[in-house]
Amino acid sequence: MLRRLFWRICNPMVYARPLHRRCGVYTSPREDVLTSAQTLTGRRWTHGKPLSKEQNVQNSKVPQTPTWEPVSENQLPPPTHVPIDLVDKLERLALVDFRNQDAVVRLEKAIRFADQLHAVNTEGVEPMDSVLEDRALYLKDDRVEEGDCAEELLQLSKNTMEEYFVAPPGNIPLPERGERSATLTDSTNWAEETESKTLIGH
Amino acid sequence: MGFVVYAFQSGQPQIKKKSSAVPQLIGVVGLEIHAQINSSTKLFSSSQVGFSAPPNSQVSFFDASLPGTLPVLNRRCVEAAVMTGLALDCTINRKSLFDRKHYFYADLPAGYQITQQRLPIAVGGTLRYSHLIGRKQGEVVTKSVRIKQIQLEQDSGKSLHDESGSQTFIDLNRAGVGLMELVMEPDMQCGEEAAAAVRELQLILQTLGTCQGNMSEGQLRVDANVSVHRPGEPLGVRTEVKNINSARFLARAIDYEIERQMEVLRRGGSVLNETRAFDFKSGQTIPMREKEGLQDYRFMPEPNLPPLMVYDSETAPPPAGTDPGQAVLIDAMRDRIPELPSARRARLVDAFGIRPEHSYTLVNEDGLTDYFEGVVRMSRAEPRKAIGWVIKDVLGLLKQRGLKVSQSPVPPHALAEMLDLLEDGRVSSSAAKTVFQELWKGTGRSPAQIVEQQDLGLVDDSTEIHRICQSVIDSHPEEVRTIRTGNRKVLNKLVGLVQKQTKGRSDPVRVRAILEEGTS
Repeated sequence: MLRRLFWRICNPMVYARPLHRRCGVYTSPREDVLTSAQTLTGRRWTHGKPLSKEQNVQNSKVPQTPTWEPVSENQLPPPTHVPIDLVDKLERLALVDFRNQDAVVRLEKAIRFADQLHAVNTEGVEPMDSVLEDRALYLKDDRVEEGDCAEELLQLSKNTMEEYFVAPPGNIPLPERGERSATLTDSTNWAEETESKTLIGH
Repeated sequence: MGFVVYAFQSGQPQIKKKSSAVPQLIGVVGLEIHAQINSSTKLFSSSQVGFSAPPNSQVSFFDASLPGTLPVLNRRCVEAAVMTGLALDCTINRKSLFDRKHYFYADLPAGYQITQQRLPIAVGGTLRYSHLIGRKQGEVVTKSVRIKQIQLEQDSGKSLHDESGSQTFIDLNRAGVGLMELVMEPDMQCGEEAAAAVRELQLILQTLGTCQGNMSEGQLRVDANVSVHRPGEPLGVRTEVKNINSARFLARAIDYEIERQMEVLRRGGSVLNETRAFDFKSGQTIPMREKEGLQDYRFMPEPNLPPLMVYDSETAPPPAGTDPGQAVLIDAMRDRIPELPSARRARLVDAFGIRPEHSYTLVNEDGLTDYFEGVVRMSRAEPRKAIGWVIKDVLGLLKQRGLKVSQSPVPPHALAEMLDLLEDGRVSSSAAKTVFQELWKGTGRSPAQIVEQQDLGLVDDSTEIHRICQSVIDSHPEEVRTIRTGNRKVLNKLVGLVQKQTKGRSDPVRVRAILEEGTS
């Protein structure tokens, strides 16, 4: 999520909000954009070229043309400053490596971008988890139809032992803050690195 | 621990006697119980649920959280949670929601667990439980604990650590198995109460068939939140005790932890909010790795699952045109609830006039109620006579041999026939014990055949009994003299001697009458 927001922040800074409530799928005017493919119970985000017009018509849930209007600064709450302690906490909780001060600035910009949601008039609208929440949740029968594919799954893993996946002995703790704050001030090469890895696993 | 348990079990007066001004510290216990749902497949996938399958053989692509997979809710798991909620007098939420709770563990490949944090499927119930107190465990005390909520959630996989501790082996067979997490309010005061509540819950779940309830196989896992305070004061800082895999250890772990916290406070220290593990070898709780500040699970709504709706055919029917296979009906679940343990115990006491503590034994032991009812149905003996044989003799021997009721070598009809022989005065009670021992050998002979072949029937020949009685009187002039001076107790000794000579085959009442006559 953060990564997507970062990405958008890289685009020319235009604060905008959708004209129609509840159709907030953002498509940027640029060529290389995020597109969404929705399924009945969820949605998947993919990087790629925008769908062709024909494809777009088939999927009526995706607005066919972007409709935007600018949001002025005075409609937004005061900008959020992210203190270094909070960065540290977020890094530990989410195992995200911000790496340097530039990243923190980008995080603040991402929050600023999301601040536009505050400008949307939601009076009389119940908070929603998903635009599909009025659909019935499909229930499956209690019948075995999957599994028995250990080999297939294990071959996806770099490290296995007999029929087990092998993982490190526990979560590897992040280095102490003292060691990391040094790197936070060093802002070189961030852009290239963030393309390849923003989230690190364990 | 002795004093603390004593004070809890015998109520307020004991506490007051010991301290005049400051009220005693008491324990406060709340439980969080994870019950694995007894279903064929997992909560959100169609891979099999089983206890000891080869590693990673019961894993679907969703369970391994491969990209692009989506959760599909198992109807059976929803039904089990609704049924369990109803059996515990919960309110079933017609609409409930799923949330993601984030952790980083290698055995949780998605990086989050799907659970129900904001709006669980059932809320606000009660679990009534009883435990036996008093020196002979003959007094039944009934208590209740409030159930805060029941939520549906996924189980994690299992991690095995190698000896050197350099790597972890991951088996995802358990990943995604449906759990019902039952959260109880801190309404209990000691380990004994908590253990009794868990045992009752275990019985209810097993009766419903919604969870197999085997603690040693991890189908029922209990975490205890323990604190101490003085009544009337705010609750103390609590610790969470994990790693408890039997009801007996649960009681010990909680009582140890209560006593430990009291000791810390008595010495002027303060209790730390921490997670502790119970070490069953030492009987102690030991601190687990300290939590780094407050745990933040980064809860968020699960975007891939719309709200779960359940219906009621009377008050809230499903929308027209709903596939019946897609609607879980609360009233239909209620109709499927069988006789629950508490109702069964009340019925047994009521219908058969047995003692309440015996009704506990019958209900606690899988199949024993059916066994007892079978014996009573097939025998002319009174239920109150049959219960002693069923509990003391049948169950006693079964326990000794580690057998289940269904494996009893003495079937109900054989015990019933033996009780009839006793009832009709054809065997004495001591001969009946011999018959029972023969039946236990499982030779297939009927009680009547055993009596006949081993000559165990009562000696019916009047002259023979008179002859034996007379010989006992003649050979014990000393005792006879004592009896004649008015000491009737010695008569029992002579009755015993006659019984010995007849190998327990004479009717003691009749023998006594003859001896009384002969010594007067």
